[in-house]
Amino acid sequence: MKKEFSLEHRRYLAKKKQNAALVWALRFGILALLLGIWEAVTAFGWADPFLTSSPSRICKTIMSLYSDGTLFYHIGVTLLETLIGFAIAVVLGCAVALLLWWSETVRKVLEPYIVVLNALPKIALGPLIIIWFGTGSEAIVFMTVLVGIIVATLHMLNAFMATDGGKLLLLRSMGAGKLQILQKLVIPSSLPSFISMLKVNVGMAWIGSIMGEYIVSRAGLGYLIVYGGQVFKLDLVMSATFILCILAAGMYALVVLLEKVIVKNAES
Amino acid sequence: MKNEILRFDNVTLTYHTKRGETAATENLTFSLNEGEFVAVIGPSGCGKTTLLSLAAGLMKPSSGSVTRHGTCGYMLQKDELFPWRTIEKNIYLPLEIKRQNTPERRKSAVELAKKYGLSDFLQSYPPQLSGGMRQRAALIRTLAMEPDILLLDEPFSALDYQTRLNVCEDVSSIIRSEEKTALLITHDISEAISLADRVLVLTKRPARVAFEHTLDFGEETRPIKRREKPQFSAWFEILWKELNI
Ligand SMILES: Nc1ncnc2c1ncn2[C@@H]1O[C@H](COP(=O)(O)OP(=O)(O)OP(=O)(O)O)[C@@H](O)[C@H]1O
Ligand SMILES: [Mg+2]
Repeated sequence: MKKEFSLEHRRYLAKKKQNAALVWALRFGILALLLGIWEAVTAFGWADPFLTSSPSRICKTIMSLYSDGTLFYHIGVTLLETLIGFAIAVVLGCAVALLLWWSETVRKVLEPYIVVLNALPKIALGPLIIIWFGTGSEAIVFMTVLVGIIVATLHMLNAFMATDGGKLLLLRSMGAGKLQILQKLVIPSSLPSFISMLKVNVGMAWIGSIMGEYIVSRAGLGYLIVYGGQVFKLDLVMSATFILCILAAGMYALVVLLEKVIVKNAES
Repeated sequence: MKNEILRFDNVTLTYHTKRGETAATENLTFSLNEGEFVAVIGPSGCGKTTLLSLAAGLMKPSSGSVTRHGTCGYMLQKDELFPWRTIEKNIYLPLEIKRQNTPERRKSAVELAKKYGLSDFLQSYPPQLSGGMRQRAALIRTLAMEPDILLLDEPFSALDYQTRLNVCEDVSSIIRSEEKTALLITHDISEAISLADRVLVLTKRPARVAFEHTLDFGEETRPIKRREKPQFSAWFEILWKELNI
C-alpha cells in the first residue's frame, strides 16, 4: 500500500533517516578514531607494542593463525561450547521455571536452594568440574550451563508469575485448566521476557565458556588468551579478545533478528 | 413466573489470610430468574466481586449453597482482551477453552460480532481500538460462549463518562435483544436504575441483601429513555438513601 504523504511528513521522514545515518557514521568514526590513535601511539614509539599490541599487529596475528590453519579450529571449539551451553541453559532453565510455576509447593521448597545457587560464584566449582568432567569440552559446556541456567530460570519464573491477574480470572471463569492457562496465556504473555532472557544469556554463555576455558582447556579462544598471557604474547591475547567481541556481537544480533521475526509473526 | 436460574441460600463466605479472617458475605439470599436483568449495588469493599465469584463457581461458600442452572459468562471491569490476538481470535478464546472451536460456533461468534458493529475491527489488535469498542468486543467474547447467565463486574467503570453512557446503551440493547439473563455489579446508582429490571442493595461488609426493588419502567428498556422519566430521580433518591444508611 503506497500512500502520498504531506510535505511536512516527508521532511520528517527525511530528517529521521538523516539522523540514523549520522548515528552510524559517528559509531564507525569513533571506532576508526580509537584504532587510529592506538596504531599511532605504537608507531611513533610512545607506547611499547610489546605491552599494548596494536591494530596492525592484531591483523598480522590473525592472518598467521589463519595461515597455520588454527584460527577456525579455535573459534569453532569455543563457539560450539558456547552455543551448546547456551541452548542447554535456556531449555533447562525454561523447563525448571515451568515446574516452579506449576507447583507452589515445589517453588517454596526449592526457593532457598535457588537463592544460594544464584549467589554462588560458579568459578568456585572449578576443581570439582575438572574432577567430574575431565579437561575436555564437556567441562566447559557444564560451566556454561551452570552460569546460564539460574539466570534463565529466575528470569522466566518472574515472567510467568507476573501474568495478569484479571486475565487469569477470566480464563478460570471460562473453566480453563492449568494446562490451558499455560498455553493460552502464560506462555504467550511471557514471550517478550523470553527474548530479553535470551539477550542476557548470550552474555552469560560467553562468560561461562571463557571462564571454563581459563580453568581447563587445550583449545579455544579462552585458551589462546590464557596461553598468550602466560608466554607474554599480548598480540595473541588482543587478537583472541577481538574475535570474541565479534562473535558475541554476532550472537546478540541473531537474537535481535529472532525478536524481529517473532514480533512480525505476532502482528500478522 | 419464569424459571429460577441462580439461587443463593444463606451464603456465607469468609476469606482466610495470615492476618486473620474477613467475612465477605453473610447469610446472603437472593435469586435470579431466566431473562431477568438484575443490578447489585453496595458500598465499596462490601463483597460484590465476591458475590460474582461465588455465582461463577470460582469459589465455594463457607456455608450455605449456591445453585446455578446453566453456564455463565464473566465480564470484568477491564476488557482483558489478549493484546497478542486479533479481536477475532479473542472472540474465539472461550470456544478454544471449552473445546468447542468448531466452524459453526466460530461462524456464529463472528456473526454476533458483525451484528454489533465489530466487522471492521475483527482483524485489528486490541490496542488499536477505543476503550468503548474494546469493552464491546469483551461483551461479544463473553456472549460467544453462549452463556445462560451474564455476570458483569462494573464493566463500565474504567470508561470515561461519555463513552460510558454509549457503551451502557449498547450493552443494554445487546443483552436485551439476545434475551440474556444478567447480573450486573455497579457502583453507580443511575447505571443500575437505567439498566435493570430489579435492584438489590447490599449492606456494608459482610454483604447481605438490605433492600430489593422491582423497577417500574414497564417496557422501556433503553437507558437514555429511562433517564428522562420522572420515576428515575425518585428511584435515585430512594437508592441513594438506602446505600448511605
Ligand atoms: N482473596 C482475598 N483474600 C482475602 N480477602 C479478600 C480477598 N478478596 C477480597 N477480600 C476482602 O473481602 C472484602 C470484599 O471484597 P470484594 O472484592 O468482594 O468487594 P467489592 O464490593 O467488590 O469491592 P469494590 O467495591 O472495591 O469492587 C474486602 O474487604 C476485601 O479486602
Ligand atoms: Mg469489586
